[in-house]
Amino acid sequence: MKNKLSFFAFPYVVWMALFVVAPILMVVVYAFSSADGGFTFENFTRMGTYAVVFGRSFKLATIATVICVAIGYPVSYMMAKEGLRFQRVAMVLIMLPMWMNFLLRTYSWMTLLENNGLLNQLFQKIGIIALYNSIFGTNLQFFRMINTQGAVVLGMVYNYLPFMILPIYSVIVKLDHSLLEAARDLGANSFHVFQRVILPLSLPGVLSGITMVFVPSVSTFAISTMLGGGTELLLGDLIERQFLGGAYNPQLGAAISLVMMIIVVICMVVMNRFGEGEEQAVML
Amino acid sequence: MKKTVACAILMALFLTGCGGNATSQNGESTGGSDGGGKRVVNVCSWGEYIDEDLIYQFEDETGIEVNYQTAESNEALYSLLKTGAGDFDVIVPSDYMIARLIKEGMLAELNYDNIPNYALIDDQYKGLSFDPENKYTVPYTWGTLGIIYNSTMVEDPITSWDAMFDERYAGDILMINNSRDALGAALLDLGYSLNTTDEAQIREAYQLLADAKEKGVYQAFVMDQVFQKMEGGNAAIAMYYAGDYLTMLENNPDLKYVVPDEGSNWFVDAMCVLKDAQHKEEAEAWINFIASTDANLRNMDYIWYASPNTEALEQYPSYYEETYGEPLDSELYEIMAAPQSVLDRCEVYENLPDETLTLYNDLWTELGI
Repeated sequence: MKNKLSFFAFPYVVWMALFVVAPILMVVVYAFSSADGGFTFENFTRMGTYAVVFGRSFKLATIATVICVAIGYPVSYMMAKEGLRFQRVAMVLIMLPMWMNFLLRTYSWMTLLENNGLLNQLFQKIGIIALYNSIFGTNLQFFRMINTQGAVVLGMVYNYLPFMILPIYSVIVKLDHSLLEAARDLGANSFHVFQRVILPLSLPGVLSGITMVFVPSVSTFAISTMLGGGTELLLGDLIERQFLGGAYNPQLGAAISLVMMIIVVICMVVMNRFGEGEEQAVML
Repeated sequence: MKKTVACAILMALFLTGCGGNATSQNGESTGGSDGGGKRVVNVCSWGEYIDEDLIYQFEDETGIEVNYQTAESNEALYSLLKTGAGDFDVIVPSDYMIARLIKEGMLAELNYDNIPNYALIDDQYKGLSFDPENKYTVPYTWGTLGIIYNSTMVEDPITSWDAMFDERYAGDILMINNSRDALGAALLDLGYSLNTTDEAQIREAYQLLADAKEKGVYQAFVMDQVFQKMEGGNAAIAMYYAGDYLTMLENNPDLKYVVPDEGSNWFVDAMCVLKDAQHKEEAEAWINFIASTDANLRNMDYIWYASPNTEALEQYPSYYEETYGEPLDSELYEIMAAPQSVLDRCEVYENLPDETLTLYNDLWTELGI
């Protein structure tokens, strides 16, 4: 130990070994064992049946991530351009919902989105539903919002948007202004300054934002059960069911988790490669 | 690769070994060092399933400290026990899960001499299929599964399981989110037994469910969310337990409950002691306390599930009148404590053979895909 201070990292190393590395190894071991403990590939042969669930989860998580980028980038960009005081207030507002528990927030969305929920009651009161009915000749009592895939995506976007805004914001706010001035000096208009300088330089923030939104979205189970109605399983539900449901098949649960982790890691590696390439291109 | 796997297994063994030792040492030191001064019992039950004052009363009377925990479902409890995550003495599973636990040798035989209040439990709830010789269990509550519907949202009163598959109410029906009950409803609707092991019948029931789901009949598959959705008028029809219906009724008087004509499930939840329980004596003291008439009356009043205690069941209407100053609606009483005529057309769940359980689980997952 050359650095004396590295002693302080020791507890964290132990922590990582016990609660990150060891559990992952156990997932691997479980995934390749049968119920009586022998080695088997059987858990993986069943994976084909769950392809639909994999597809659905990755689709919804991708949609949620794209929406988060589409909302998060402009917000971060505007924020970084404003004065310090505005930035602080905006930051508090973005963080505020996160001071409350994630399950409570999702539960609140249930009461908002229900058929007879607050939003539908509001639409009823101000005549939006009547207006819709008269335009489209329908006879709706309410808009069906809860228990749809849209509601699940909404829940993901709402819960994970701050994880997109924060990294992008912190990258943009630290951009060297002299670079932007230099670009202008060399004749770039503001669109080109954004496209050729700001966007490439902020890409690392976007990439870490994507990781932080996509990964929890793809494995969520609380959001899909509460807002999606549980009629169509997501990966998280499927895995949860292997551990806490009637099925009780931890080996299969571990195998599904492992496959999910591998796919996620591949996605991330591919994306980061792409990101690195961009950065180098800029530097060239 | 082999080495890392071996490492992981070693580590896992080391970890679980540690955990086990730590708890047993704890148990010994609390028991040993103060000469049995502090006695403990670890109870695991369902949420909102006891009048909590009873816990304090028991602690005051006996000096035994109660660690009261809850599990979400029989299946969740089972996996807690299997993984060794729960260090419980007393659990309160339902009939079919008790049968499974007995079969797997996870329950301890009770010493009924320490549970004199067992004599107060009505014979009707003893010797049921899950514990035919009455060696392991003391019944805690019983009740029926039925259909809850909002009378302002359906055309005619509901009397049949057909309602759970009725396209007229597409998008307004909440299916229960567990395989046994959901497939059970379909089996009953087709005129089969809840405990059938005939694969063709079970597959037919699955098809009924799957077709209904395909046609958009189900708004959602729910467990506890049913309260919010039915109370708020967000759905017309749901299937759930009688005791919980009475809780919902307090918040929405339009709700009705029916045990369909085709029959239904009637269930018994019973207290059991785990084989490796470390506080067996305390566990039996707790069970005896909970089986008393007074505790049963107060529990019944709090959770709205019927008691298996003969005296408590008889005295409840007058207890209610005394406490609230108004007579108990006999219709509600009959929903809580279903009369014999209703029970006659109901079945108790039996533990299914392993291959049938696997079929249930596979079909249930298939339904969600």
